[in-house]
Amino acid sequence: MNDKVVEKEKQKITSAKKMRDIMTTYYIDAMSAKENNKLVAWITSGGPVEPLIAMDIIPVYPENHGAMIGSSKMGEDLCMKAEDMGYSNDLCSYARTDISCAIVKGGPIGGLPEPDMLICCNNICGTVLKWYEIQARFFNVPLFIFDTPVCHTEFSPEIAKYVRTQIDEYIAFLEKVTKKSFDHDKMAEVGKISYQGQLLWQKVLNTTANRPSPMTAFDAFFFLALIVTLRGTMIAVDFYKELLLEMKERIKNGISIVPNEKYRLLWDNLPIWYQLKWLSSKFSDHDACLVADTYTSAWCSSLKYIDENDFLNSIAEGYTRIYLNIGVDQMADQVIEMIKFYNIDGFVMHSNRSCKPYSFGQLDIKRIVESKANIPVLMIEADMTDPRAFSQSQVETRIDAFMEIINQGK
Amino acid sequence: MIFAGIDIGSITAKAAIIKDNQLISTHVLFTGYNTLTASQKVFEELLSKVNISKNEVKTIISTGYGRNSVDFADKALTEIICHGAGAHFLNPEIRGIIDVGGQDSKAILLDNNGKVTNFSMNDKCAAGTGRFLEVMARALELDLDLLGEISLKADTPANISSICTVFAESEVISMIAKQEKRENIIAGIHESAAARIATLAAKIKIQEPVMMTGGVAKNIGMVKALENRLKCQILVTDSAQENGAIGAAVLASTL
Repeated sequence: MNDKVVEKEKQKITSAKKMRDIMTTYYIDAMSAKENNKLVAWITSGGPVEPLIAMDIIPVYPENHGAMIGSSKMGEDLCMKAEDMGYSNDLCSYARTDISCAIVKGGPIGGLPEPDMLICCNNICGTVLKWYEIQARFFNVPLFIFDTPVCHTEFSPEIAKYVRTQIDEYIAFLEKVTKKSFDHDKMAEVGKISYQGQLLWQKVLNTTANRPSPMTAFDAFFFLALIVTLRGTMIAVDFYKELLLEMKERIKNGISIVPNEKYRLLWDNLPIWYQLKWLSSKFSDHDACLVADTYTSAWCSSLKYIDENDFLNSIAEGYTRIYLNIGVDQMADQVIEMIKFYNIDGFVMHSNRSCKPYSFGQLDIKRIVESKANIPVLMIEADMTDPRAFSQSQVETRIDAFMEIINQGK
Repeated sequence: MIFAGIDIGSITAKAAIIKDNQLISTHVLFTGYNTLTASQKVFEELLSKVNISKNEVKTIISTGYGRNSVDFADKALTEIICHGAGAHFLNPEIRGIIDVGGQDSKAILLDNNGKVTNFSMNDKCAAGTGRFLEVMARALELDLDLLGEISLKADTPANISSICTVFAESEVISMIAKQEKRENIIAGIHESAAARIATLAAKIKIQEPVMMTGGVAKNIGMVKALENRLKCQILVTDSAQENGAIGAAVLASTL
């Protein structure tokens, strides 16, 4: 092997293989749930999954599936199939791909295992309500809606009471569907494990504050899958312990992910799944490392509200006050905090045609960040899964010009 | 010392030569199918025009959408930085730039030193670009260069409501069928494009003095429509179309 190849091998994150194996096993388990007399629940990415784990129900995430469809560049075809069915191209591309995939059994894994129930939490968006209603009708299964009002400024006592009541309703729903009684001791245990997993995920993300960064946000987009799908299990805890160790080791040995890290960037919104490789090398060519993002930290950003010893009571607040369910001023505050913590030189915002709650308000956040943090902000228009909303040469010119501006200011 | 800038746009290729901090000359050609051939041709024709040999040119910077295909350039930079440098070179007072080219329209903010501090670009859409005007000129069976002068004769600009180039073209065709005055249709087209471009300027809170660059700056009707929209005077130089190439040559001298 020549030096360049050796150098490249050294830069690779070795935990990636293990993570792929875990995800494969997870999907095989989910696919063979029926044979093993297990129930499958489809749940939104920000939904309270822990009670499902405590009831031994396998949670499956259409949004994680959407990310897989996007990464394997199968989004356009599945979006078009949904449009053929009459759905508007303005509808979220995760919703479009999931709706058409349920019928044609397409995508990289031939569709998701059929659900026995659906759990829909609207802390991430309003689209999920109609999307899950459509799927509940299609699969003819019960649907539970966990309604989390937007916390523009505060988590009022009214919101607290309203959301807390739904946790009991949620448990009653699960007892009815499974015909089993809820085990509170097991729930307490799962709660602790979930808390521990989120804490470890936060620690992994924090390692990129080191200069040079041991991983990029592009890696975080990949490693995120476990905290989403296996939150509340020891699999996630054990894996993130290992990943954290690997990151610490890389820092100790001075191994950076971008060979000559010169600029540190922050990413906003979902990834552009079908362009990760191109974007990653584009930024790397400019010696820029996307060290952090507002997306992957959403699965640990409300940890401060959660009490691991009083899990069920505290998740009402934890699940309500996530990044997408708070006011624009609070979002901007979090972004500015991240800019300071990670020592950021520039902020890249993906205006995502699919994700309305994430993209609406971005111009305000952009203005606040420009004036308070005094760093350049770039806005690129695209879509997380539908490549028809992405124009490479337009985005390339914007990124190049943005990096030239950052370079000028250095 | 001699430096060159080459700007490969979607419609035209431009080149500029700077010697001892003075602009010597510029040249413009149609880009055509092959961007590399266009860049070689525009550069060679300019060199022979001013009687300078290739070896005398110390550094070359390429810019424009075809910047990365100019294999003989020392460096490629985006047109955003180059238009900034070009405008600052021609008039150091300039703080805001409206650059409207064939496929892009941009608003750019400069600081006192001519450095770009912010920019905004059109989305994946041809409305408000040179291509939009080209499509409209074709629908009106007019030479693109005549649009500006003719539009100045308008009494009541027509109302083009569609944002999309394709729909706006159908609107124009139906106006032609209704025998709307040509000058009014053209003035309406300019206002429609200016409205789109003004949004880009508003996004970055454009500052005066404002210069318009890019091929569309040659259209006096567009400049007037933008002045009305932005409520400010817009400066246009004789070399507005070559401004990106000039800026590239200026930046080449700083490499």
